[in-house]
Amino acid sequence: MIRRIRRLVLGLLLLGLPGGVSAADRHITLASTTSTEQSGLFAHIIPVFRNSTGIDVRVVAVGTGQAFAIARRGDADALLVHDRDGEDEFVARGYGQERQDVMYNDFILIGPSQDPAAVAGADNIVDALQRIAGARVPFVSRGDDSGTYRAERRIWELAGISPSGSWYRALGSGMGPTLNTAAGMDAYVLADRGTWLSFGNRQNLTVLFEGDETLFNPYGSVLINPERHPHLKHDLAEIWHRWLISDEGQAAIASFTLRGEPVFFPSGR
Amino acid sequence: MESGENAFLTAFQLIVGMDPVLTGIVLLSLQVSLSAVLIAALIGLPLGAAIALWRFPGRGLLITLLNAFMGLPPVVAGLLVYLLLSRAGPLGQFGLLFTPTAMVIAQCLLVLPIVAALTRQVVEDLWNEYAEQLQSLGASRLRSIPTLLWDGRISLVTAVLAGFGRASAEVGAVLIVGGNIDGVTRVMTTAIALETSRGDLPLALGLGLVLMLLVALVNGAAFLMGEAARRRAG
Repeated sequence: MIRRIRRLVLGLLLLGLPGGVSAADRHITLASTTSTEQSGLFAHIIPVFRNSTGIDVRVVAVGTGQAFAIARRGDADALLVHDRDGEDEFVARGYGQERQDVMYNDFILIGPSQDPAAVAGADNIVDALQRIAGARVPFVSRGDDSGTYRAERRIWELAGISPSGSWYRALGSGMGPTLNTAAGMDAYVLADRGTWLSFGNRQNLTVLFEGDETLFNPYGSVLINPERHPHLKHDLAEIWHRWLISDEGQAAIASFTLRGEPVFFPSGR
Repeated sequence: MESGENAFLTAFQLIVGMDPVLTGIVLLSLQVSLSAVLIAALIGLPLGAAIALWRFPGRGLLITLLNAFMGLPPVVAGLLVYLLLSRAGPLGQFGLLFTPTAMVIAQCLLVLPIVAALTRQVVEDLWNEYAEQLQSLGASRLRSIPTLLWDGRISLVTAVLAGFGRASAEVGAVLIVGGNIDGVTRVMTTAIALETSRGDLPLALGLGLVLMLLVALVNGAAFLMGEAARRRAG
């Protein structure tokens, strides 16, 4: 009996606890958004970065609000998100050292192809959302603290509407689950183009309105303030931060396509 | 990983093709969940037995709490471990967040109450039956623990398997403390959640079938070991 236990303990030691991080490898942890990760952008550009610098980038893809929270607590070395106001505030409050434009794409209004609220003929995105509210047709919202949700709230504000009622459904989910729900209930939804292009379960959904400059969706890289979190790999993070706007980084972003379409447009200087 | 037209075909192709990405994910899933279950068993079996044998103030409350924690939502366990391991948290300096070790800790927290609570019940029943016998042989309570655990091993394997089921099925805790990092902390359940949110439902369900097969294999192995032990015992 005792021998059995001893053997079990020995076996456990041999199996070994899954190790944390070996000291030799050079990597940073990047807090970013689901839209960039799920579109496949990182799988496209990180190998290029790794080849040229020997640094690996581990992406934790969450909503923009959660990405800010992770970075504020010192759990990520770098930050790449899409909420201009939030990024500026992050820097202003001393969490970030500097923010720079990296790339952009746009938000699009998705809905059932029959388009019951006739948003396809709208003058602009504000008019389109007013038509949806007027027709009281189902609209699903992220309802989380994501960059896309923050953009959606800004447009509702411009439209002078505070959406409520049974037609407006705030889910509290990521972009993908929200699109799955919209597909299931034939609802309208504001989405980022990256997630939409990589989304496989479209059913009856289609792009109904796009191209308004209010729908501009800029992504920024934020360098985290080393004074607040001295343990972070600030030097490696800065190499990544600079690489994103280098010629090589910008070219890598531009060469990423889905279904033959570019997904992100470089905007670094 | 590529998805096919339907989930069963996709699952079949994933298994037959020995997709290297999938193999890595499967191995990490097993490593994390089995480690969590082993640690939880090493703590939970003696702990459950001790609660069964000794009478002390607050024992009823402890048993109730232990039973209640069997229903701890994985997302809450994940959040607790996240706050603990975060750089701003008490164990932040070890840098364990977003590593497999963090996932083991979170799953351990989920499995431990199940193993301890079920062990307490099994051992208490055995104790009620054999207490006089053991005491007449001069065995103290402490010395009785190994005997009772060995006696209840068949039921206790089921308790440990229930713990393994919980560990391998949960997604909420490992998603928060692991971060679902490609090639580092992505396990079966977080991969399934990811493919679902990408709208690749056949691949998501295919991965689900692979996971079920894996859990069935582990349970099958435990069953065969139990049978072998029973036969040896005559």
